[in-house]
This record gives sequence, C-alpha cells and structure tokens, in this order.
Amino acid sequence: MNDTIVEQRLHTTYPGSPPLRPPTFPSADVAYVVEDTPVGRILFARNGNGALVASRYVADDEAADVVLDRLAHMVSPRVLRLPTALDEARRQFEEFLAGRRNDFDLETDLALATPFQRDVLETLAQTVGYGERETYGGLARAIHRPTASRAVGAALGANPLCIVVPCHRVVGAHGSLAGYAGGVAAKEYLLGLESDTSG
Amino acid sequence: MLEALDSHPSPRRRSTGVNLPPFQRLVDAHWRDVGRLARALAGPVDGDDVAQQAWTQAYAAYPGLTSAQNLRGWLLTITHRCAMDLHRSRGRRAVPTDDEAVLAGVAAVDGPEMSPHLLVDEDLWGRVARLPERQREAVVLKYVGDLDHPAIAELLGTTPTMSRRLVSDGLKNLRESA
Repeated sequence: MNDTIVEQRLHTTYPGSPPLRPPTFPSADVAYVVEDTPVGRILFARNGNGALVASRYVADDEAADVVLDRLAHMVSPRVLRLPTALDEARRQFEEFLAGRRNDFDLETDLALATPFQRDVLETLAQTVGYGERETYGGLARAIHRPTASRAVGAALGANPLCIVVPCHRVVGAHGSLAGYAGGVAAKEYLLGLESDTSG
Repeated sequence: MLEALDSHPSPRRRSTGVNLPPFQRLVDAHWRDVGRLARALAGPVDGDDVAQQAWTQAYAAYPGLTSAQNLRGWLLTITHRCAMDLHRSRGRRAVPTDDEAVLAGVAAVDGPEMSPHLLVDEDLWGRVARLPERQREAVVLKYVGDLDHPAIAELLGTTPTMSRRLVSDGLKNLRESA
C-alpha cells in the first residue's frame, strides 16, 4: 500500500461499527422546530424560561435561517432544534387552526420586537379579540400615533409571534385584507375560521 | 396570555459582541467530523462518549466565544482535548490496541445519516490504533480532522516541523504494517 492510498483511505474511512449519531442535548437557551401547518410552514421557538419567542412563517430554509440568526443574535446563540420542547405550543396551534380553541395559554416574549413593534403588538393583543377585526388606522389611533398607520403595518409585518399575537385581524380601511406575512390566503383562512367559530 | 407578554424578559444580548451563528448550524455541519475524530482518537467504544462530551462542553462555552472564525477547528480542538482527558484518566490505556472485540467493531457504518463516501476499513484502523501515540494523534488530526500542520502542532504542543515528521513516520508505519 503506498502513501497515497493510505492517505486517501484515512480521509474517507473511519473506525466504528454502529453508525455515527448526532449529539443530544437536554435543553437549550432557544429550542425550535419547523412545522407544516394548515396555514403554512411555521418556525416555533421558545426561550430558556419556556416562553414562546417566535411563531414565524418560513416559506423555505433560507427564511428559517434568517429567523434563527435573529434568535441567535437577540436571545442566545445556543439555539437547538428540539421538537419536543415545542410540543405544547404545537398542540395549541393545532387546536386553534382546527377551530377548537380561540385563545392561547402560552407564556410569550416579544424579544425579537423593537420597542415600537412591542407597543403595536401588545396593544393589538390586548384590544382585538377572537373573531374581531381592526384597521391599520384604528390601531395607530389606539397607540396614540394616529398618523402612523404605515409604521403600524410594518410593525405587524415584523410580528415575531404570528397568530398568537393576532396580526391577521388587522385589515385595510375598506375591508380589504391587505398583506400578511403568511400570505393573503392564510389571512383569509384565519379570518374565515374565526368568523365561523366565534359567537 | 395577554398579561404574560412582557412577564419574561429574555436574557439580553451577550457581552462578547460577536455574531455567533445558531449552535444547531454547527451541529448540523460538523457532527460527523467530531464523531469520526473522536472514534479515531479514542477508539470505537469510547469515541461516541468523547464526541458527546465534546459537544456538551462546546455548548457550555459557546456564548463566551470572542470570535466566530474557524468554529470547526474550535470543535475539533475540544474533541481532541476530551479524548486526551479520557486517555489520561484511564492511565494511558484509553486507546485499545489488542482488544479483538474493539478492533472487530469496525464494520458496517453506512447508516442513513452517513454520507455515502465514508466507508469502513477495519484493517487500516486496526493498524492506526497500534501506531505510537504521537504518530497516531498526528495522523488522525491530519486526515480525519483535516487540520494543517500548524494547527496539529498546537494541539500536540510541538512544532509544525515535528508534526510533519510524525505524520510521515505514521504513514510509513502504516504502509509497512500492511
């Protein structure tokens, strides 16, 4: 056996009989999972306290990487894919999307939001209930920034806690659906679901 | 849920000011290399424990890193250190040389997770395990870890020239023991 063959084999083989397995971790500062739901692919993440920090629509792996980079930067770089840590959140989403639940019983944390976005999203969560709708202008007035409806729209678009913080309930002044992070079809689905199952 | 929105302020940004990628990205990119290196250094039986221990240590230390450069090298360094710690704690008998069961444990590894070009070579790795300790470490770091001689020299506490020498002597021994 000459050196080149030995070198090549050292490169491409390794000792051991069971297949190599990835490492396991009991918990993480940020645990996440990406899951397909009836309204689209969603990345769920929770922090070390168990509070939900993200439920974001991620159409593809690149979109998921953007969310994961933000979590690493703004919460902790110790981000791990730990599906079981998100079981409770996923169960509640499943119930919500099936019309069997109209509010979430989850600790949440708007760590990914700016102070302005927090203001908008917290006001929305506190004032617009299941089956109700609000306009961008109405929400701008509710935060005492009556001329800021565009900024309000941008804040809703950045909502890190889609569906839990119900930005889908905010529509255009004349009843148009306007935009939605998960696409207008998802918004229509959610509003339809809520009008069918509320009251 | 509404009042809970602000009740759990998350830990604020790290103090090191480095933009570290999500740890899972390191795991996905490097778990095979860490696992191979651990098995090559500590043997097929202890190797998997060494790899797991290395990942646990890496996870603990990760937020304190002051640079996001060469994270693979950082992981392999931790793996090497864990293997050497085990080696020392076992009174320098960590690497099995005559244990038939261990050497025979070099068999089918093409699990669903393994990349197809990684094969098993029972004979070769048995001979690697019987190399003198420094040669074995240098050969493994060079060909499994893909590290260059300056990096190997640092891990072995020697010079790049000596690292080159150890690798070439190791290859010579492997060739002659074939």
